[in-house]
Amino acid sequence: MPFLARRLARLAVLLVALIALPFAGGSASAQDISAPLAKLATDSYADTGAAIAELAASGHPRAAAIVQAIQDGKLEFDAASHAVVIRGAASVVDAATGAAIATPPAGLSPVRVNNRVRTALAAAVGSLTLMSPDPVKRREAADAVFKSRDAATLPILEAAIAKEGDARIRLALQVARAAVILTKPEASDDARVEAAATIKERGDQEAVSLLRSLPEGSAKRVKDAAEAAAKSIETNLALWSSAQNALYGISLGSVLLLAAIGLAITFGVMGIINMAHGEMVMIGAYTTFVVQEVIRAHAPGLFDWSLTIALPLAFLTSGAVGVLIERTVIRWLYGRPLETLLATWGISLILQQSVRSIFGANNREVGAPSFMSGSLDIGHLSITWGRMWIVVFALSVFVGLILILKKTPAGLQMRAVTQNRAMAAAMGIRTPFVDALTFGLGCGIAGIAGVALSQIDNVSPNLGQSYIIDSFMVVVFGGVGNLWGTLVGALTLGVVNKFLEPFAGAVLGKILVLIFIILFIQKRPRGLFALKGRAVES
Amino acid sequence: MIGHFLVKGLDRGVAITLLVVLAIGVLIPASNLLLPEGHALHVPTYLLTLFGKYATYATLALALDLVWGYCGILSLGHGAFFALGGYAMGMYLMRQIGSRGVYGNPILPDFMVFLNWKELPWYWHGFDHFGFALVMVVLAPGLLAFVFGWFAFRSRVTGVYLSIITQALTYALLLAFFRNDMGFGGNNGLTDFKDIVGYNVQSAGTRATLFFLSCLLVAVGLLVTSAIVKSKLGKVLIAIRDAESRTRFIGYRVATFKTVVFTVSAMLAGLAGALYVPQVGIINPGEFAPANSIEAVIWVAVGGRGTLVGAIVGAVAVNWGKTWFTGALPELWLFALGGLFVLVTLFLPKGIVGTWSAWTAKRRAARDAAPAAAE
Repeated sequence: MPFLARRLARLAVLLVALIALPFAGGSASAQDISAPLAKLATDSYADTGAAIAELAASGHPRAAAIVQAIQDGKLEFDAASHAVVIRGAASVVDAATGAAIATPPAGLSPVRVNNRVRTALAAAVGSLTLMSPDPVKRREAADAVFKSRDAATLPILEAAIAKEGDARIRLALQVARAAVILTKPEASDDARVEAAATIKERGDQEAVSLLRSLPEGSAKRVKDAAEAAAKSIETNLALWSSAQNALYGISLGSVLLLAAIGLAITFGVMGIINMAHGEMVMIGAYTTFVVQEVIRAHAPGLFDWSLTIALPLAFLTSGAVGVLIERTVIRWLYGRPLETLLATWGISLILQQSVRSIFGANNREVGAPSFMSGSLDIGHLSITWGRMWIVVFALSVFVGLILILKKTPAGLQMRAVTQNRAMAAAMGIRTPFVDALTFGLGCGIAGIAGVALSQIDNVSPNLGQSYIIDSFMVVVFGGVGNLWGTLVGALTLGVVNKFLEPFAGAVLGKILVLIFIILFIQKRPRGLFALKGRAVES
Repeated sequence: MIGHFLVKGLDRGVAITLLVVLAIGVLIPASNLLLPEGHALHVPTYLLTLFGKYATYATLALALDLVWGYCGILSLGHGAFFALGGYAMGMYLMRQIGSRGVYGNPILPDFMVFLNWKELPWYWHGFDHFGFALVMVVLAPGLLAFVFGWFAFRSRVTGVYLSIITQALTYALLLAFFRNDMGFGGNNGLTDFKDIVGYNVQSAGTRATLFFLSCLLVAVGLLVTSAIVKSKLGKVLIAIRDAESRTRFIGYRVATFKTVVFTVSAMLAGLAGALYVPQVGIINPGEFAPANSIEAVIWVAVGGRGTLVGAIVGAVAVNWGKTWFTGALPELWLFALGGLFVLVTLFLPKGIVGTWSAWTAKRRAARDAAPAAAE
């Protein structure tokens, strides 16, 4: 029985394909649609209806335009010469070729429609999009059939499946056909069981709800098959959603990493509590805004380069502000961390208010270059390119910083001064200069973090405030004085946060993470990756 | 013992401040109530409320100075204890509204009716009794401080680490109280108060009483904190501040001392918050903002860290400046506040009162030295 039904179904597909082939498979010359065009010129409703059906089945590139023109009442014919034309806004074009006609015949009259013709038109539009040469349109049409599950489209669907060259669209078409069959109570049980298996291929939430909404009185076998397919999809979806959460977590983690990595230098390496760190990020974001404004005004063509141009400028601006702060305030407060905390908090207030006075209190719009728009889809995963670039960017900043600290002479001096100031000075290193340089480096990195964060956050004077507590949490959690700890800390917190969100909600998730860190600090006061040895004691 | 302390233990600065605070607490309400409007010495009601607010801030500053100035614990989350006390009082005041709310529900506060809650959450029970609310005003912040301090101090979280996690604590509470389903009014907080122990919160008499109580709390707070500081306990605290490891090695249980003083300080802050709420007429999650707690630190720093009188002076001076600036030059206030943070830490590390006493002490020494040299 199932064998027979399958054979029959295949036969039906073959038949429809055979009927469609002479029109669809042939070359797209004007010759193919001359017969239906001639029928359109006879001014009879029956001929018009037949012509529309033939056009629809032809799959000719001009067919869609002609059917559309009939629908809009713009298709006209000349009773004498049997010429069929489409009337545009300014000109008249030949219906078969689409070429403009310089001197249209005088006695043109529109092709008339009645209700029967309108029905034929609607069916033709549906099947034409299923047969459209544009793959995107075919895909959309398949999805539309999946949603409408209109039994009348079945023959056209089968014709389209037979003709389809693109495997992904063919699958979409097959799934649409299966959806029609599954919900059609007249279809045989075997066909419906097979349909359930086909729908499983679609594998999304809509497929599950379709499989769960079988019509009343379906056989138990069909129901079981549908339920099994739905279960399998759900298991699969749960896996994908975990992967999606992990991806979002990594994305959030890389944002945290960007915000915290400068702090890992100033707080982690130098031991300076820089409460104005968030404001360095904010200055970087505003630098991006200024760069984009200048580019918009003077060189709009460079807009895609705006972020690349802003990066070094943001580094220099924030770095310069950092060096200024270090030279004027912080150097008087070395060894007094609590006072440093208060003074830099004061500086952060001053910087916020300065930016508010210059740029206003409102959010400033920072545009995204074209390569950052759109999103990346892999299976059921989806992430915007902007977020993806930030992940890449955060990791490259991290690697760059490690290289600077480990491989350059300046990095060597920085590590020497922070590990043993007196000994470094005795070796001839200018410690005050290195202090300023290190602090400037930390602030400059915060500045380039601001360039990236301007893409995903509001550029306002309060930008930095929203990151400062998170950044400190990341550094403290990861372990002070250890860049790798910052990396692990940021990614862990990001992923944990995103996995908590579905259960606890965004705000409660954040609170839980904060409580977790507070408890964690009790257990390991020096963070995840604690420094060992003498450096701990100082 | 207290009498002995009052006679011998009070130093001149504390005694003078006590008298001044109590005199203000009596004279300003008297002038507001007894003198006719338009009289040269009449204090308008808005000023009365404003000064009442300053007084509660001064108490908060005292509490902070006790832990920071004398025990070296820089808490960036003391605003949380202040706000918790405020919320406890606010819950009592909400229950006192009764059926006079917009929705006229005799039991549920308006925001709960609005959120379609059917019954009072368990933690709201008992807040219709003033006594219970008063206990909670002290207990809630005290308990939080005790638990937090117990964990933090036992595992020797000190210095800036402690500061940062106290800040995270108040930030977490800020986020939590913003949530509607916490049952504390969410974003809008608690407001629209009507009565406090049967008196209308808006009436002149109640406001004057609240002002007097606020000043009384400053005075009592000053007495208690200076008693602590002068006692043997205070000596240990100062030892912990100056050399924590050494104190531990001598044999003192540093964590216990710290936990006790942190809890006492949080209770004092809670009391201040409880007096703040009926005078201001609202309590919302904004009070938990980390910025508020840091601002309280600068009051202490300006007045003089480690001088109790300085905390009061600093709180009143900075807030008076804030009121003046936000009225006259609103866009300059953050510059002024930020500048204050920087300048005080750089050039006035002892604060106003600390610098003043250092200067007078030097002058006294010079005066004492001069006759000796003349002989």
